[in-house]
Amino acid sequence: MEKIVKNEARRDFLKVSGTVAGGLALGFYLPQSRQAQAADGGSPNAWVRIGGDNSVTIMCARSEMGQDVYTSMPMLVAEELEVDLNRVNVEFAPPAEVYINSLLGGQLTGGSTAVRDGWEKLRKAGASARMMLVAAAADNWGVDASQCTVSDGVISGPGGKKATYGSVAAKAAGMEVPKEVPLKPASQFKYVGNVKQKRLDTAAKVRGTAGFGVDTRIPGMKYAAVAMAPMMGGKLISYNDSRAKNFPGVHAVVQYSRGVAVVADDWWTAKKAVATLDPRWDGGPNANLDMTGLWAGIEEASNKPGAVFRESGDANQGLANAAKMITATYRLPFQSHSPMEPQNSVADVRADKAVIITPTQFQQLIPHVVAGATGLTPEQVEVQTTFLGGGFGRRVEVDYAIDAAEISKAAGVPVKMVWSREDDMTHDSYRPAGMYKFTAGVDAKGKLQALKFHSTSPSISSRLFPSIVKDGIDPFAVEGIDNFPYMADAGMSFSYQMHDTGVQVGYWRGVSHNLNAVALEAFIDELAVNAGVDPIQYRIDMLDMGSTKHQWSGLSAGVPVGARMKRVLEETKKITKFGKKMPAGKGQGVAVMEGYNSVVAIVAEVTVSSTYDVSLDKVTAVVDGGTLVHPDQALAQIQSCINMGQGVALYSEITVKNGIVEQNNFDGYRVARMNETPEIDVHFIKSDSVPGGLGEPATAVVQPAIANAIFAACGKRVRTLPMTPEHIAAA
Amino acid sequence: MKVTFKVNGKSETVDVAADTPLLWVLRDTLGMTGTKFGCGKALCGACTVHLSGNAVRSCQVQIGSLNGADVTTIEGLGGNHKVQRAWEALDVPQCGYCQPGQMMSASALLASNKNPSDSDINAAMSGNICRCGTYPRIRAAIKAAAKMS
Repeated sequence: MEKIVKNEARRDFLKVSGTVAGGLALGFYLPQSRQAQAADGGSPNAWVRIGGDNSVTIMCARSEMGQDVYTSMPMLVAEELEVDLNRVNVEFAPPAEVYINSLLGGQLTGGSTAVRDGWEKLRKAGASARMMLVAAAADNWGVDASQCTVSDGVISGPGGKKATYGSVAAKAAGMEVPKEVPLKPASQFKYVGNVKQKRLDTAAKVRGTAGFGVDTRIPGMKYAAVAMAPMMGGKLISYNDSRAKNFPGVHAVVQYSRGVAVVADDWWTAKKAVATLDPRWDGGPNANLDMTGLWAGIEEASNKPGAVFRESGDANQGLANAAKMITATYRLPFQSHSPMEPQNSVADVRADKAVIITPTQFQQLIPHVVAGATGLTPEQVEVQTTFLGGGFGRRVEVDYAIDAAEISKAAGVPVKMVWSREDDMTHDSYRPAGMYKFTAGVDAKGKLQALKFHSTSPSISSRLFPSIVKDGIDPFAVEGIDNFPYMADAGMSFSYQMHDTGVQVGYWRGVSHNLNAVALEAFIDELAVNAGVDPIQYRIDMLDMGSTKHQWSGLSAGVPVGARMKRVLEETKKITKFGKKMPAGKGQGVAVMEGYNSVVAIVAEVTVSSTYDVSLDKVTAVVDGGTLVHPDQALAQIQSCINMGQGVALYSEITVKNGIVEQNNFDGYRVARMNETPEIDVHFIKSDSVPGGLGEPATAVVQPAIANAIFAACGKRVRTLPMTPEHIAAA
Repeated sequence: MKVTFKVNGKSETVDVAADTPLLWVLRDTLGMTGTKFGCGKALCGACTVHLSGNAVRSCQVQIGSLNGADVTTIEGLGGNHKVQRAWEALDVPQCGYCQPGQMMSASALLASNKNPSDSDINAAMSGNICRCGTYPRIRAAIKAAAKMS
């Protein structure tokens, strides 16, 4: 693990890389407070703590933002630990090396990696802990461990001997860590794959007792509301606190890096006082930024050659030889994360230590950036992770934790800083906008012979993880097409042109799958229509059955996708009766993608009115996600992705005027609601392969499925998203 | 100003600015954080509570208007309300943040309509945003709750 080094632009960090060899580092790190809590029991390793009262606590090292890690990850530990999953306590892990996500190289929740990273590691942690507990009991009894069995936290030995986990936990913590840790076969799974298993956090979430960041209360805490520059990159010039300071209940008015904050006895008082500050801003470099100029900039940049990230054969020659050339340009807008819980953080910054309690996807980074902002050392910064009221990638950013720390330090009290919805929506790190150009050469039958693809889009990683951006290619900008699954025998050439628009961009659920695959799968539909072939059959016929994952697809397992795609597409065709006659104004559209080592095909059915209002009637998804650890929540994730994809496909976009984001609440930024929710039908392919990631891919796939359905319904090929009535009419 | 009102059957007296929204009185003054802040403009429904049994957005109700009022929050549903049982049976929540508001809207709907149709559910629930997209399960849970005693 390389240390994180801050540069002068305080919020940036230069590198987070390296992974923990082998994944399992038993007992590497436990904070003192945890050890004290466990004093009456023991911790065989960093994942498991057994109380003297036989209570079992399993550490959850990923952030629970709806995607079920709070259940699915402890499930993997409990499967091998042989304890009753429904009686374990689950605790969010503090930052520590042992909890690093091997697929991402940081203690970070994202990239649909939690279960994939934990699949072996957590089962081994559970098994190893069980073996140490058994070894301790066997040692007490003077028998061999092989003579002992375990059931639900009770060890049985020869002659009817019984010992609870709690009674041997302290001793177990000192036993030798086993080198060989065999795992039970799938046929013996009790929890993994159990369709009846419930979420462990539901009881709290239906009673209003689950602790989100914004619900945190600590002794002496005050509430902070803020005024931040409305223009991206703007700076505070002046403010007038003469009124705010005299508000009853106001404790302090403090300036911090991003603006000015009022600290008060309650948030409403702080917010009202903020409204009196009359802050003046220097608009900064983006003060004149608007969409016309921004798109002109993207257009101009798109004429540069960019960096080639995938190439075979001779695409130019192939195009020259083709019977017909088909070109298309897709334009996708910025999008906001807008989780339901606005950004917030509790910070208690003292002279010699700081406590940060916050809803974060990236707890590992916080000690470093808070240290940088407060003058403390990372070791002096304690981080506690709460439940997250949605994440979607927004909380990979740590900006709000830094802000709260600065405000606490300046005000000299513990604070809970809470952003208004307007603060949140206008200070996001947005899903990038981009332009996606295709040139295809097809033969006389419409079969693809050669393909050129050129995307122009901002790079997220060049700000957040610059060390992974090499030779002009951000691996998180080429997803969803770097793994192009079709054949173009004469040649293909795919390139990426990085282009900074001035709008800060961030990882948004599905990341660049949401850009590249959306454009690609809509374009493939154009090719199928040109060929006059059923779009599912057209795809199946040109699948590259020999292809393996491309070098850039670092988050996938490297297995061939052609066969998986064929299976999923054939199943989709059967289930949806694709190609059936639809009534006037209705259409079906299909799309397929591999992402995060899952293969997802979606058929959307829409009704398009004479004024181009779109009703999304039904969505059918067929998913090969490998082994499903928690099947009901795998289903929930597909349902969730479809909803979010529907919103960005049909309703929402972020635009900028004079450097200011124009949408600041859910009136301007329209998301999918109950009355717009389609019938959703999800089918999983039975598989005993390793789990794929399911928290993101369907978000991308549903969008081109909708675009293709709109074309089928009304003959309009919409290449500018969102597919509003205006954009459809103009198509 | 001093305001005395009932929250979940218990009399509470608070002394805050009259224009303070009920949401912030519940959360910051009374420490009842089950009711959530989402938008501050009655656009998302996260802050939904019952006022005399009707679902209202607590971010838009000023405390100064509530002397003698009767407010029920998610904490007051009791934990065993049929909506809560149905939500649990179907594992409706994902992140869970919007769910207190969803359940307050749903319980108000069911109190006035024992057997809501899909369009009744759309009308009553479309003011509540869920970014995790739990809508299909919310719909199913409302129907399941309608069948419970």
